[in-house]
Amino acid sequence: MKPKFGVVVFPGSNCDHDAYYALKKVLNYDVEFLWHKDKDLKNSDVIVLPGGFSYGDYLRTGSIARFSPVMEKVLSFAENGGLVIGICNGFQILLESGLLPGVMVKNDSLKFICKDIYLSVENTNTPFTSLLTEKKVIKIPIAHGDGNYFADEATLKELIENDQIVFKYCSSEGVVSQEFNANGSQLNIAGIINKRRNVLGLMPHPERACDPVLGKTDGIYVFKSIAESLQLEASPNDLLTNKTI
Amino acid sequence: MREPEVTLELALEHGLTEEEFDKICKRLGRKPNYTELGVISVMWSEHCSYKNSIALIKTLPRSGGRLLVGAGEENAGLVDIGDGLAVAFKIESHNHPSAVEPYQGAATGVGGILRDIFTMGARPIASLNSLRFGSLDDARTRYLFDGVVKGIADYGNCFGVPTVAGEVYFDNSYKGNPLVNAMAVGIVKTDKVASATAKGKGNPVMIVGSSTGRDGIHGATFASEEISEKSESKRPSVQAGDPFTEKLLLEATLEIIKADLIVGIQDMGAAGISCSTSEMSAKGESGMKIDLSKVPLREKGMTAYEIMLSESQERMLVAVKKGNEDKVKEIFDKWDLHCEIVGEVTEDGILDIDYLGENKVKLPAFDLVLGGGAPVYIRDTKEPEYLKSTRAFDLNSLPNNNNIKESFEQLISSPNIASKKWVYEQYDSMVRTNTVVGPGCDSAVIYIKDTNKALAVKTDCNGKYVYLNPKEGAKIAVAESARNIVCSGGVPLAITNCLNFGNPYKPEVYWQFKEAIEGMGEACRFFDTPVTGGNVSFYNESPETSVYPTPVIGMVGLVENLQNITTSFFKNEDDLIYLLGEDKEEMGGSEYVQLAYNVVAGESPVMDLEKEKLLQDTLLKLIESKLVNSAHDISDGGIMAALAECCIMDAENLLGATVNIPVKTREDFSFFSESQSRVILSVSKDKKDAFESLVKASGLPYLLLGKTGGNSLKVNNKYEFELKHISDLYYNSISKLMNVTV
Repeated sequence: MKPKFGVVVFPGSNCDHDAYYALKKVLNYDVEFLWHKDKDLKNSDVIVLPGGFSYGDYLRTGSIARFSPVMEKVLSFAENGGLVIGICNGFQILLESGLLPGVMVKNDSLKFICKDIYLSVENTNTPFTSLLTEKKVIKIPIAHGDGNYFADEATLKELIENDQIVFKYCSSEGVVSQEFNANGSQLNIAGIINKRRNVLGLMPHPERACDPVLGKTDGIYVFKSIAESLQLEASPNDLLTNKTI
Repeated sequence: MREPEVTLELALEHGLTEEEFDKICKRLGRKPNYTELGVISVMWSEHCSYKNSIALIKTLPRSGGRLLVGAGEENAGLVDIGDGLAVAFKIESHNHPSAVEPYQGAATGVGGILRDIFTMGARPIASLNSLRFGSLDDARTRYLFDGVVKGIADYGNCFGVPTVAGEVYFDNSYKGNPLVNAMAVGIVKTDKVASATAKGKGNPVMIVGSSTGRDGIHGATFASEEISEKSESKRPSVQAGDPFTEKLLLEATLEIIKADLIVGIQDMGAAGISCSTSEMSAKGESGMKIDLSKVPLREKGMTAYEIMLSESQERMLVAVKKGNEDKVKEIFDKWDLHCEIVGEVTEDGILDIDYLGENKVKLPAFDLVLGGGAPVYIRDTKEPEYLKSTRAFDLNSLPNNNNIKESFEQLISSPNIASKKWVYEQYDSMVRTNTVVGPGCDSAVIYIKDTNKALAVKTDCNGKYVYLNPKEGAKIAVAESARNIVCSGGVPLAITNCLNFGNPYKPEVYWQFKEAIEGMGEACRFFDTPVTGGNVSFYNESPETSVYPTPVIGMVGLVENLQNITTSFFKNEDDLIYLLGEDKEEMGGSEYVQLAYNVVAGESPVMDLEKEKLLQDTLLKLIESKLVNSAHDISDGGIMAALAECCIMDAENLLGATVNIPVKTREDFSFFSESQSRVILSVSKDKKDAFESLVKASGLPYLLLGKTGGNSLKVNNKYEFELKHISDLYYNSISKLMNVTV
């Protein structure tokens, strides 16, 4: 069975087509756009909140998008254990809607940053990273102005204790230090997951690292992990793919 | 509301000349009223009418090649790239607004050029720019530079178009009058192209997008005068941009075009409703009856004059096929955008405009527009005096340089040569996932999905060369952009130009303009790269100086096969390094002579078009035959800067080289000469024979310079530069200068 991805389109989403293309054309999964005004997830197996500038991000990143009609359905989908991945602006929306803890503030450089960076995979025991057991450092681009993750001490402690930090900014050799912190994030956090392990938010753009034409493909690990987890869930014996890509 | 009486004085205040005012009175058989005067003055401003440039611009090659829509016919030119696709592209200036309000000035420049592209039905796939500022040791220049870059970044990033290439130069001539030229490139199916026309009696006319406010009134007129102390008071003439609304407008516009609901559409930029109504009418040989009371307004109490002249951004005028009004409205509702019927197309050729039950404008549309009744002038020319002394300057009289090492490090740290990473990392260069080669290389390469093709795009102009020899400098700008395209594996297709000059009423400025046009035309004809359109920006002067004449070229090339995509940096240890072309120790206008001796004099490098073409054809053959691993053009900073860039351009994989650069008369001249038509290639050892025999057959001069390897650049057994050090200077010089706090 092919997994079906639903990509939400908010006004101002601009990585919706990129996610669609990577999932459909590069990875050959089923994909549907989900219009923000509709309360219909079209039987999607996994929901993608794409990057961009929903509602222009004029008030605060992601703060208006969370009131879109479709988000009501996304919330209940997540509460029922459905897989949700928020990328960049999607991550910011997940924070604003309370599906993930913490907030985003402006990059410490106070500037938008677009470049390839390295991520240390901190937790492979999630449906989004299960194929990354051997490859612990991946190269994925970032493109954001507000990716500086902030949370209070108690939240950070909880994130650590529950193994909720999934990706950290690091060097090409996997060294996690302030020198390789792309935006000033606390603990070099680039992506976190909820306690239940079904909602992931990350600032880097895995959909921009799928098409081999562009010369980088590490983003495939994330989407293939999702697809594989869904298949395991559906029928554990029906696993087609091998573990390494 | 009582309106001022129209007199000659008022017309002069509006920027019209006495001759022009007489002309309009004669045409109308009466004096225009106040609102009409406003409309005429913006339509006949330099910015909208091109009155002092159009006659010369028409001498440029404006057809041929793969051109589907020529210059001036639509909002942007259109070039066929096969597979039922065409590429629409154009460059435009936003110099004056950016000089007083850098952030919004630059942002709305990007917004305006994007609208020019999607109003044709094309989806923007790449954004580029060409920027000029004063020197970064000046605090106001840093403020302008920071604001302009942030403005470009915020607009493009939010809109969702990758900003993939550009150029930035710093020189004191641009201190009071920075240049901000924005270019956009889009893709459209050849059978889904929209036109900027209004025809068919009774077809409804709609205004869509943002509401209309008082921002930007007289922006076009402001752009048509010199910058002075008074310019600060023109800040309200600068519009404010809203990239989010523009993104919605893009989606809605493409939907109505795709659904075939409209006759024509035009964006509202300079001169707002005045320009879009008159130009669409004139193009369709029709007229329009408009009621301004229907226009959604942002502010209370606006007059007809203000509504007609407002340059509020993110608006479009649409002529709808009658009967489709509801369908159009439905699409704009879906995207939460205004969409109002404001009038209809008529047959009488008259722009007939009412407001609050009163007739405000009754003017023949044709008389207002470029190509119609707008005035056309050819100004007097006079060769500038300064050329006598720059030409007479003997560059060989410059004292010998005993510290090549220091000079080279200074050169590679110069903001004009150093990496523009500080700039382009603020741009989202990857959104839409088509960017195969992003900023920092010879040209950017953009993949066209569902094909095996890509576009190579580049902007280019060396103002110093144009200053020293306008004709040769303009030829070089065309040739160098073409060379950059070829280095990336593309075939040059066509150009758009942004001609930034001083006050055209000064004969010396007009001489520069005329010479530059001649040189550009000659080069474009030679390379068969017609001019698809562009923009002229005169009056780039401040009380202190006038800018270097800067005719910026934006070029688009086609990479026919993705396998041909080539990058500039060395790839493997032990590859052979070749030079194609030959040095003539041309130092006039070079970055080195300016940096080391503070001299901008002598002759500009010479452009031999035959040789350039031979170089480009041969290089393309080499690339197609898979004989080269990297190709990099030699330009500012000469062969030394080019070699260093080849070593460090892939910042994560520095790769050294050992080379011998032949010295002609002076070591420094041979190292830093900016002779044209030269490239640095790296070639696998096992392809040496095939490579050399192909080059020999072409007749092109070539030279084996050395080979790659190691952690340093070693030159002539005499100099050694550690790559880590060079790369630190190259990548971090601009950010170090920008982090100075004053």
